[in-house]
Formats: sequence, C-alpha cells, structure tokens
Amino acid sequence: MSSARIEPLGDSALLVRVGDRIDEETNAAALALAGTLHAARLPGVSDVAPAYASVAVRFDIGAWRAADDQRPAHARLAQRIRELVEALPHEPQTHSTDAANGNDSSAAAAASENRSPANRGDDQIEVPVCYGDAFGPDLDAVAAHAGLDVRDVIARHVQADYRVAMLGFMPGFPYLLGLDATLHAPRRASPRTRVPAGSVAIGGAQTGIYPRELPGGWQLIGRTPLALFDPLRHQPALLRPGQRVRFRRIDADEFEALAR
Amino acid sequence: MTIRVLSPGWLTSVQDTGRSGHAAIGAGVAGAMDGAALRLANALVGNSGNAAAVEITLRGPRLRFETDALIALTGATIDARCGAQAIPAWRPVAIGAGGELELGDMRRGARAYLAVAGGIDVAEVLGSRSTDINAALGPFNGRGLVAGDELPIAEMAPERFARLRRALRATSPDRAGESGGVVAAHWSLDPQPWFDLRGDLPVALLRGSHFDRLDAASRQALFTDSFRVGNESNRVGYRLEGPRLNPGEPLELISEGVVPGTVQLPPNGSPIVLMAESPTTGGYPRIGHVASVDLPRLAQRRPGEHVRFVETSLAEAQSRYLQREHALIALTQAIGERLSAA
Repeated sequence: MSSARIEPLGDSALLVRVGDRIDEETNAAALALAGTLHAARLPGVSDVAPAYASVAVRFDIGAWRAADDQRPAHARLAQRIRELVEALPHEPQTHSTDAANGNDSSAAAAASENRSPANRGDDQIEVPVCYGDAFGPDLDAVAAHAGLDVRDVIARHVQADYRVAMLGFMPGFPYLLGLDATLHAPRRASPRTRVPAGSVAIGGAQTGIYPRELPGGWQLIGRTPLALFDPLRHQPALLRPGQRVRFRRIDADEFEALAR
Repeated sequence: MTIRVLSPGWLTSVQDTGRSGHAAIGAGVAGAMDGAALRLANALVGNSGNAAAVEITLRGPRLRFETDALIALTGATIDARCGAQAIPAWRPVAIGAGGELELGDMRRGARAYLAVAGGIDVAEVLGSRSTDINAALGPFNGRGLVAGDELPIAEMAPERFARLRRALRATSPDRAGESGGVVAAHWSLDPQPWFDLRGDLPVALLRGSHFDRLDAASRQALFTDSFRVGNESNRVGYRLEGPRLNPGEPLELISEGVVPGTVQLPPNGSPIVLMAESPTTGGYPRIGHVASVDLPRLAQRRPGEHVRFVETSLAEAQSRYLQREHALIALTQAIGERLSAA
C-alpha cells in the first residue's frame, strides 16, 4: 500500500487516500489503513475515520507542531503516517474484486482481521427486511427501472453479499458495497422530507439503511426493525466498517414482532 | 439542583468542546460554535475548559436558578438582566437561588455562552455533553432546550457561595456590583481579542483539494468578493450567497471525510462552510477550509451579514491557532489565580 497519498483536510486534519474508486479492494485497503492508524494511537489524534477509498485523521495542532520546527504540523504527522503505511504489506495475499463475492479469503476479509472500532471483522450479520408496500414505497419504481418484477428485485437483493464500506451522513448510517448492478437506481427527483428509521434504500450504485427518521432522496425498497444506532448501547452502531451483511426477507407480522 | 428553562429563546443548547473518536461510526464533533468563548466562560467560573455550558443563539432564554450559582456570559453581546439589574458579561457573577436570568436580544454576534460553576451536569453521550441537533445526539436527546427543561448543576455549599459573594464584592469598591441576590465582579475580560466587535474582520481560508478545479474568475472571487451568510445557515453549515462559483467540469467524487471548516461547493455554485455539526463525510468538491482559529469568528456572523475570505497557508493558520491557544491558556491561568485569591 505504498501508493497512499496524503493531503491536508484543513489545518487540523489529513486525508490519506488509497485509491479513487468504489470497490471492495480499495475499501479493504482503506479499512486496513484505518485499523493500523487507530492501533498506532498517535498522540493528539482524535479521530481516524475510514471512507470508501480514504481515511480522515483529525489531530490537535499543538501535538504535532514543535516550537523548534517550522514545518507545518501536517508534515510531521504525514511523515509518521507514511512510515506506518510503508510497514503494511504491499500486496494483499489474495485478490477478490468481485463485489458479490463474500469469500472469506478476499482481501477485504484479510484486512478486517485487524480489530479496531473502525474495523471489527465480526462474522456476518443478518438484517431482516420487510420489502415493499408501506415498508418500501419505491420497490415498484426500482423494479420498473430494472425491468424486473418485484419478486426478482427482492430475490436479487436478498441473495447478494454486502460489506459495510463506511459510515457517514448520520451516526450509524452504513454505505454498503455489493448491490447487484441490475438494482442500481437513480435518486428520487424530489427527496422525501421524512424517511422512516430502518428504511433500506438505493441511491445510484449505493445502498444504505437510514438509522433514524431523516429527509432523504434514495429509493426505499424495504425496512428493517433493527435499531441501526443507539448511543447508549455498548456498540452504538449496529453495523461497522468492514462488516459483512446479508438481508433476510421478513413479513409484516415478523417486522412487528421484532420491532417490539 | 437545577436551572429551569422558563422560555428557550431562539435556539439554546448544552455544549462542550465537542465529541471525538466516533467519526468512524458517523458521529461528528458538534460542540460550541465559538469554542474560545465557551472556554473563557468556563474559565471565569473556575471550570475546566471543556465543561458543558449553554450556547445561546440570536435571542436568549429566560432561566430560573433553583440554587445559588456562579455564572459568566461570553461571546455575542447580549442583553442580560436579573430582575432590575443588568448582568454584565465577560466576568464572574454570583446569582442567588430563585434568581431569574432574562437573556434578550443580541447587539453583536450570533452566539453567547453561559457557563455555571461546576458545569451543566448532564450525562455524557459518546464521551461528550455536546448537543448535535442535526444528528439528534447528546443531552436532551440531541435537541435544543424547551420551556420546562431542567439543567442539572452542582449544588454550591452555602459557605462557598457566601465567600464568593464577599470576594466579588471586595473587587467592586463602589458596591455598584451588588443588587438583590446578584453580585458581579468589578473586573472583566477585554472581549476584543476574542470577539470581533465590529463583525467585519476577514476570515482566513486555506485552499482545498479541489480549489484548482475552479475557473480563474471563481478562484479570484473566492478571495476578493464578499459573501452573504444565507438565511438557511445553522450549526451544520453556513450557506454563502454571492458570486456563483463555477466548479468547472462536473466532478464525480466519492464520499470522503470532511471536518468543521471544510468549504464544499455543491452544483448550484454557492459554497457551504461546514460548521460544528458537520457530517463526517461528504461528496461535494472541497474548495477550501476555514482556518480553525477563525471558525469562531465566522460562527458569530448572523444570517444576512457578510464575510470576506483572505488566503492563508497551513503554517500561518497553525501558528495563529497556537498563538491563540497560548493566549487562552495564559488568560485561563490568570483568571484562575484571581478566582482562587477570592
């Protein structure tokens, strides 16, 4: 991973970029890097946050700016990060760039061995979803766009293996890799002012789950009764970067039972 | 013991210096919009800098103190009364149990801070007592205060309160500081280094990763033209109106980290400065970053007021930040000595 590029993100943060694409391999590299930076416990670093292809590092200027050194704090921290990056394996042992392939030997799985808040590597989590009707008012539109019938859309959505690439937008909002390409669907022309909590949504090639009631422009295909985010839980976010996800179809009765 | 909210004002919330360590799960910084003013308010009542205080926006709340308290107001210039007595800012003020603090309009600036000795004793959420209204995270389920809310504060021992009142009175030789249950210190901080009284100082801006994608006219406009703070501006972001900036070729960006101070350019050409409640990731081009030291200055501009940016370098932005930190620490120590002499 010697190709990481480091750029300032303002005067008290850095962005370490490992690529510029949304795919499993790039994201696995970003998550591995986040794990390494987190484990290094760099002084004055207050946040290490992975995204699809990069890691944001927030730091205290005072911890990285020495009185006898005129270099900006960035230069010193960037140098330390480069040393850590160079110590990482240059090539993953195995490659698996097929987003639908949730094989354990994939680079992403290898990377997620590194346990950290950003990268837990737990076993796959199953997310129950009630599709269609009031739970997923855009399911028909997504089916029409895909040229599939609704049952096929649900089947394809349930069959795929997903991986949490990153959390963002809101606490606990997961951006998932692995959406079947036939299900990619444009955002709604006019966003909704209220998307219910737990809504499973598609926005272009991205898919995610709304952790609470929010405005949003993605197409809603179903809803999970699970609480995606609870700040009072030991692990506030149900899904963590690097985690593998499968969806399971449930009916309205099971939704109500699980929601209780 | 509590402070009861009788009326909440325009937007009043509990804030500390912000939340760290949870950006990886999408929880951002939040905290005080004017962190320097918060820290000075805390210093003036003997708190540590990151104690939770009350952030007041544009128009103040009415608060009843159910216990004796030592308070301080900093930040925006705000009308403040307790009964018939005006409450001066930038100094410690002893207020007796039953006192009703009436905070009114702001003469200058957008955000004032009310610190109380011992801090606002709400439970931490993800390691912070700051309210992230946009993310619905923090005290009071992440919302602004409403009438009837009770802010828990530490009870002050009667002997300590009596001693504080005597000490504050001693610094007020003409005894003008005393009225009813209220005693204000005669000395105060000079707000000038900490608050832009005229509201016209420029805000230092660093080039962002996508600055070079702007066309030449837009690059120039960013650093020469004046922008109006849009009416939709809030703790999440300041929407700037003025020259439309041309992002050049449409950029296909994938979501990446953003931080408070990041200036994003959406397709409509009107920049947005992300503020305290910045989300953790964003997908718009990042054309600049407000220098950390100047974010409080921007946070004190109101919708309808204007802002001009002046280009700065990383080394300069960080030097100014460290100078301000050193000044804050020195001032905090000096205040502490004065309070402990009391």
